[in-house]
Amino acid sequence: MGQLHELFLKIGPARFRLASTWHRPLEELESLYRDYPALPDQYVDFTVRLEPEKPWRRYIRPSVHISGDYWLPDAAPLPLAQGLLAAEMGMNLQMALGWRRHLLLHASSVEKDGKALLMTGLSGSGKSTLSAMLGEQGWRFMGDEFALLCPITGNIYPFPRLISLKNQAIAAMEDIAPADRFGPMMKATPKGDIRHLIPPIKALHAMEEPAKPALLLFPRFGYEPAVREMGKSEVFVRLTQASTNYVALGQASFEALTGFVDTVPTRAIDFDSGKQVIETIDTLWNEHL
Amino acid sequence: MTRRSVPSAQMLVDLLRDPSNHVPTDGAVWAGLISIARAEALIGTLAHRLINVDVPGQVKPVLEDAIVSAKLARRQALWEAGCARRALANYDGKVILMKGTAYVAAGLEAGSGRSIGDLDIMVARNDLGEVEEMLLDAGWEWVKPDPYDDQYYREYMHELPPLIHRERDRMIDVHHTTLPLTAGPTPDAQAMLDDAVQLDSGLYIMSPEDMICHCAAHLMADGDLAGGLRNLWDMHCLLSHFTSEDPGMWEKLEKRAEQHQLTQAVRRSAWHAHDLYGTKVPSLWQRSEFWSGAFKKRLLARDEYGGEIRKMTRQAFYVRSHWLRMPPVMLTKHLWTKWRKGGAGPR
Repeated sequence: MGQLHELFLKIGPARFRLASTWHRPLEELESLYRDYPALPDQYVDFTVRLEPEKPWRRYIRPSVHISGDYWLPDAAPLPLAQGLLAAEMGMNLQMALGWRRHLLLHASSVEKDGKALLMTGLSGSGKSTLSAMLGEQGWRFMGDEFALLCPITGNIYPFPRLISLKNQAIAAMEDIAPADRFGPMMKATPKGDIRHLIPPIKALHAMEEPAKPALLLFPRFGYEPAVREMGKSEVFVRLTQASTNYVALGQASFEALTGFVDTVPTRAIDFDSGKQVIETIDTLWNEHL
Repeated sequence: MTRRSVPSAQMLVDLLRDPSNHVPTDGAVWAGLISIARAEALIGTLAHRLINVDVPGQVKPVLEDAIVSAKLARRQALWEAGCARRALANYDGKVILMKGTAYVAAGLEAGSGRSIGDLDIMVARNDLGEVEEMLLDAGWEWVKPDPYDDQYYREYMHELPPLIHRERDRMIDVHHTTLPLTAGPTPDAQAMLDDAVQLDSGLYIMSPEDMICHCAAHLMADGDLAGGLRNLWDMHCLLSHFTSEDPGMWEKLEKRAEQHQLTQAVRRSAWHAHDLYGTKVPSLWQRSEFWSGAFKKRLLARDEYGGEIRKMTRQAFYVRSHWLRMPPVMLTKHLWTKWRKGGAGPR
């Protein structure tokens, strides 16, 4: 494809090279990742490629095909206006399929006093929004998408990429986070409306600092408020499903996950308002420490 | 002013060939090499080649990851082979492991760090029905729901339609020879079965000559050279290992290749292994041919991001792969059927 535009990014322990036919998505990324540590030596773990789906699609109704070191055969292309989303999806894909240094849990996480609160669940459960809200209220934001469980120490490492706000979560966060931390509004993407939020600066400065997992929640948005206990076997099975590299890590991931389930208290929480659920989380947090 | 060196598939080849003398010290070059190695399924092999080489600290975690992945690939491949062995415990004939699984089962250098996808085995053609029945009983299922594809495999191919295990999600390809029945050369499958070597597990691997012949057939006489650099690396390792173990190997190989009608494929593979990876071959084998440049261009068709380049060359080799596989009339019929079903063409 010839020479592409390049950008190098570091998010938590992972280093990326983004290579794009168009300058624009990288320009947007560069601006939103301005407070992240630089990667001057250009050593990376993964390359993400953003290229036209067909050669003429570089100029005519430009559409971005996401690929890279790891790729999915049937990934749908996105319009160039959503190039930023394409880049984020490309980086997530590299992590989901290629990361081997930690057990990857599809979970958000925040930290207080060196201890981590993890939230996992299906998309739409509210885990991402909750982590963003807690990140504005005294907690250290660690990540809204992946929590990295170290198989050796059992600690959680942050992956504080841009927070990907969807639909109603956008307005909710616009009320509490400063305007200069938001990216462009992307309407009607395949995932609904999306707007990226730069994590608080304190989260970026501490992106190498792990925390000991202390509480795991399975939130569910849109239900009558309730808190339920969960059996260890259910938690274990649901976490294997929430992990993208559980199988790829073999025995190491089995040991890490059984250790995690044995030591970390877990609750399922249903909620229908942000304010109320934060109180519930605070109560649970204080009960379990 | 020095120009920034652009990572290429050639640089990856040089690094594999002679690791200690080609270690880059520039992060951007490594970024490209890693992408190319991943695209060519050679990252595990590269990591193994660099185990005792001084590489920049920033690259080490990537290489360590690749070693972990390769270790798991090896374990899973051997596990799958064991599952097939148990499923076929009551089968009297020989079950021969092929390609990656055979290399790791035999502890060959070609297996070090190698990625392994499907389990490939070979049995006698007359026993295919019995073997398929046993595998279906043990939980494998047909993948190809299309009756045309299914029939095509059964009539013209060198293997059964692929089967996938319903619980472990792993594929098995059951071969009865090494090239499609419609291809030009007809390898002597019976001779391969007769000379197979038994492992402690009770499974078999091919004799050294046959293993090399099969590798060459797979690389040069079948398919469009996708994954060619990896298959050529297999060839390099097999040739280096077996010819250093047995000085008479070249002569035996020459004879065996002729018996399998694979002389051209074996010579061509050996020449390219020699050309790219520095395999020691006798002077008689060191002759290039008119097409060598085209093959080399295709083998090295990656850009510095690991992307595919040289679309025309790739397309030409794709067409060649069909040409090799089928006589013209049959090819026309096949493409017509596939086109009506909406799905012929590379990738």
